Amino acid sequence: MSPARLELVGLRKSFGATEVLADISLSVQPGEFVSILGPSGAGKSTILQLLTGATRLDSGRMLLDGTPLSSAQHRFAFMPQGDALMPWRRIIDNTTLGLEVQGMSRKAARAKVEPLFAEFGLAGFERYYPAQLSGGMRQRAALLRTVVQQRPMLLLDEPFGALDALTRAQMQRWLADMWTRHRWTVLLITHDVREAVLLSDRIYVLSSRPAHVVHRFPVPIDHPRQGASAALSAIEAEILTTLLHPED
Amino acid sequence: MPNAPFYPRVFARAFSHAGPAFVSVAAVILGWEAYVQLSGISPTALPAPSRIITQGFEQREALARHTLATLQATTLGFACSLTAAFLFSVLIDFFQPLRRALFPVFIITQTLPLVAIAPLVVLWFGFGLTPKIVLVALVTFFPMLVALAQGYEATNRDIAALLASMGASRWRIFLMARMPSALPYFFAGLRISVTYAVVGAIFAEYAGAARGLGIYILNAKNNFRPDLVLAAVFVSAALTLLLFSASVLVQRAAMPWARLAEQRR
Ligand SMILES: Nc1ncnc2c1ncn2[C@@H]1O[C@H](COP(=O)(O)OP(=O)(O)OP(=O)(O)O)[C@@H](O)[C@H]1O
Ligand SMILES: [Mg+2]
Repeated sequence: MSPARLELVGLRKSFGATEVLADISLSVQPGEFVSILGPSGAGKSTILQLLTGATRLDSGRMLLDGTPLSSAQHRFAFMPQGDALMPWRRIIDNTTLGLEVQGMSRKAARAKVEPLFAEFGLAGFERYYPAQLSGGMRQRAALLRTVVQQRPMLLLDEPFGALDALTRAQMQRWLADMWTRHRWTVLLITHDVREAVLLSDRIYVLSSRPAHVVHRFPVPIDHPRQGASAALSAIEAEILTTLLHPED
Repeated sequence: MPNAPFYPRVFARAFSHAGPAFVSVAAVILGWEAYVQLSGISPTALPAPSRIITQGFEQREALARHTLATLQATTLGFACSLTAAFLFSVLIDFFQPLRRALFPVFIITQTLPLVAIAPLVVLWFGFGLTPKIVLVALVTFFPMLVALAQGYEATNRDIAALLASMGASRWRIFLMARMPSALPYFFAGLRISVTYAVVGAIFAEYAGAARGLGIYILNAKNNFRPDLVLAAVFVSAALTLLLFSASVLVQRAAMPWARLAEQRR
């Protein structure tokens, strides 16, 4: 069997006296959409900090395609918890950011990103500043900035957490649709159970801090899932039960 | 305002912004004029605004020459100070221990009384341009340094983390995120410092100079001409306002996105 795209084994991390991650093990297969669900402050973002090299782990192993991750590699396309768009850059120049950092000229990067604006529902807004866009459009721009980096894996930290309920529902469907077409390998962090169920192939549920994996739920429903709302609701109810009664 | 629709909106807005200030300044000047006329106070004690304007106008060539000298000292001194503040801000941002070593020294320079320092600086550097530049730099350097250092710290942590995840070097993150994030702080510092800069230049000239509004004020005072003293004061106030407006205009041109954010709010 070929190795998992991402394999985390027994991750531990403390910040000073605060133990944040107690024991995190999970894996993501190539082309798989995996979500991490957990209460606020559990340490979900900390897992991504470890992956992007922003902090070091205390113990454990992180493997990408079977080889240990070193902090010098930048193998993930990361979307931080806020949209992290630069207010001083136009949307087009925000989306080319990763390519520019990789050394591509601004002109070449623009030429590469421009054709994708229509698919991301941003056509005509290339020259706008982030402040001129709605919340949903900003998230789509941030996602475009993430995927054009063409890394082996996407790390999305609560991409829709700051949106109103209606926009969030629209964005979740849109992302499900995009993923069905592109089959990116994704690790998504969320505390929205419905979002996790709609999008994921597999869901890991974390305890509160210090975090460990309390449950794994497969979501064995083919994409697109628009017609499968009854089956999705059943899984959602099951997960909510475990979250509300962790002892059972 | 029944007339408002007939004016282009820009003028209407400019007037609604500047109008109240204009009215209050006019009221002070009119009250002053009325008081001098009615009380019969001697013009060598308190000259009326009308006298200041007419006498100042007669002296316009001298005033213009001295104003240009002050403007030159202000802009040169300020340019030096900005360059130094920027270089030090970068150094401090990259080597935090340097901040702890240097800030106390800089803070002490801010506590020195200008009246005491100005004559010393003139004594050391002569009556030319140098002492003025030194004094202007002395009063504006630290505020600009603090503004820049604070601005770098205001960088959104998500943006910095994002760049790091992309593999950006520390220097790259500084250029792409920390510097643009500091712009609003930089311009806030600039607006305040530019007013200090004019005061600093005039102080230096007052302590001894060949030309400049400071020395003009000193001479007018020694010749018992308060009208000319006040004329020079008016000119220096106008100069400060001019530089202040210029920095506002530069900020607008440099940060077009900031106004968009305001409009949405
Ligand atoms: N760089 C850091 N230094 C010190 N403490 C940190 C750091 N990063 C995170 N923490 C702490 O670790 C804990 C977990 O934070 P984390 O951001 O991972 O939570 P989270 O699960 O993402 O929460 P949320 O859902 O609210 O985003 C918090 O108590 C936080 O204060
Ligand atoms: Mg988080």
